[in-house]
Amino acid sequence: MDDFLLRALIGGMGVAVLSGPLGSFIVWRRMAYFGDSLAHSGLMGVALGLLLGLDAGLGVLIVCVVLALVLVLLQRQRQLATDTLLGILSHTTLSLGLVALAFIETVRVDLVSYLFGDILSITTTEVYWIWGGGLLVLALMVWLWRPLLALTVHEDMARVEGVPVFWVRLGFMLLIAVVIALAMKIVGILLITSLLIIPAAAARRFARNPEEMALLASGLGCCAVALGLWGSVQWDTPSGPSVVVAAAALFMLSLAWPGASRPR
Amino acid sequence: MSRELLLAVDQVNLTLGRHQVLQDVSLQLKPSEVLTLIGLNGSGKTTLLRVILGLLLPDSGQVRLRPGTRIGYMPQKLPVEETLPLSVARFLTLSQRAPRERLRQVLAETGGAAVLDSPLAALSGGELQRVLLAKALLREPELLVLDEPVQSVDVAGQFELYDLLGRIRQRRGCAILMVSHDLHLVMPTTDWVICMNQHICCAGPPELVSQHPAYRQLFGVDRGRVAVYRHHHDHKHDAHGHIIEPEVRP
Repeated sequence: MDDFLLRALIGGMGVAVLSGPLGSFIVWRRMAYFGDSLAHSGLMGVALGLLLGLDAGLGVLIVCVVLALVLVLLQRQRQLATDTLLGILSHTTLSLGLVALAFIETVRVDLVSYLFGDILSITTTEVYWIWGGGLLVLALMVWLWRPLLALTVHEDMARVEGVPVFWVRLGFMLLIAVVIALAMKIVGILLITSLLIIPAAAARRFARNPEEMALLASGLGCCAVALGLWGSVQWDTPSGPSVVVAAAALFMLSLAWPGASRPR
Repeated sequence: MSRELLLAVDQVNLTLGRHQVLQDVSLQLKPSEVLTLIGLNGSGKTTLLRVILGLLLPDSGQVRLRPGTRIGYMPQKLPVEETLPLSVARFLTLSQRAPRERLRQVLAETGGAAVLDSPLAALSGGELQRVLLAKALLREPELLVLDEPVQSVDVAGQFELYDLLGRIRQRRGCAILMVSHDLHLVMPTTDWVICMNQHICCAGPPELVSQHPAYRQLFGVDRGRVAVYRHHHDHKHDAHGHIIEPEVRP
C-alpha cells in the first residue's frame, strides 16, 4: 500500500474513532445544527491562521472554541431561539471566512480542500496530531460520560442531583470544537457533521445501551473511512465526499438490516 | 430559620419577561409534612418549585433549606429521546450508582418492579411515573419534590398514585412538596394546601381551603363552571389500568 494511502487511512480512522462517542451525544442531544455551525466557522479559522502566520488547524481550533463559548453565553438569553441564532452565526462566519480569504492576496488558497477535505495529502505530523489530540479528547469524554448522560436525559433533574450542568455542557462543546479542528483535513468543514452523526445514527438500531452505540458508531465510522478511501482510489473520486457517501451507504444498510431491534 | 423547619420560603418575588410570576410568596414546611400547591395553569406553581429547587433565582426574597437536606425531584415530564438506548436500570443509576438489589427494592416500593430491564422508551405513562418516583426515592430524600406527579395517568390511576405517596410518607417519614391541579384528588394525602395565583390566595388544611371563598372563586366552584361528575367507583386500577380488586358493596 502506498504511504500516502496508509497515512490517510490511519488519520481518517483516528477521527472516526473520536466521532463515535461525540457523534452519539450530538444525535441524542439533537445538536447536529450546532456541530454544523461550529464547523462552518472553521473557514474563519483558516483565514485567521493565514493572517497570523499560524497553522490552519490551530486557527480553526481557536475560532471554534471562541464560537462555542459565545454560543453557550448567548443561549442564556431568551430573545432568539437557538436554531435562529445558530443559523445567523453559521452562515455569517462561513461568509466572513470567504471574504477574509479573498483579502489575503499573497497566498493562493485551495478553498475546495478546506471545504471538502483533502485526506490524501495528510502529513505524518497531522496523523500524530489526530491521534494525540484524539486520545486526549477520548480521555476527557470518558471522564464526562456519566454526568453528560445524566444531563442529556433531563437537565433539571441532573442539576438537582448535583451535576455541574453548566461546566459539563461547556466541556462537551469545547470537545466538539477540538474534534472539528482535527477532522477538517479528513472531510472538510462542510462535511464534518455528517462524519459525526451518520455512523451514530446507523449504530442506533443495533445498540442496547449508550456505550454500545458509541463503540459501534466508532467501528462503523472506521468502515466508512476505509470504504470511502478505497472508492476514492478506485474511481478517482474526491476523498472527503467519498467517505461521507460510504457512511450514508452503511446507514441505509443498517435500516434494511433484518433482525435488528426496531427503534422504539 | 427555626430548627424544626425543613424549608422556609420568605417573601419571594420573580418577574419573567413582563409578567410577575411570583408575588410575595412565603411558605414553610416541617419534616414529614405534605404540602400541596394548587392553582390554575400559569399560576406560578411550577415556577415556585423551580425557585425552591435552586433552578431559578428569585428577584427578591429567600429560599432556605435545612443544611444538608437531600432532595428527591420528580419532574413533570420526561421527554424520552428515542435515539438513546437506555434501560430503566441505567436510567435509575444515571447520577448515582446503586446495586441491582437496591434498584429492585425501590422499584418494588413504587410498584414498578416488572420494568427494571425494559427500555425507557417502551414504558407507558403510568410506568414512567413510577420509575421517576423510584429515582427520586433512590436518593433517600428528606424532601420529595413532585411536579404534577399524576400527569398522563387516568383518574383511577391518579387515586392510586396519591395513595402510594401517602404510604411512602408514612413509611419513610419524608416531607413532600407537590404541585397539583385538583384539590379533591390530593385531599386525603396532604396536610397543607396552598392555593396560588401568582400570590398566595389562601392556605391551610385541605378541608378549610376547599371552603375558602378565594379558592371557590378562583376555581369557579360556586358559579357552576366546574361540573364535578361523581360516580361510585366499584373497583381499583393499578398503574397499567388493570383492575386490581373489586370493592365489596354493602
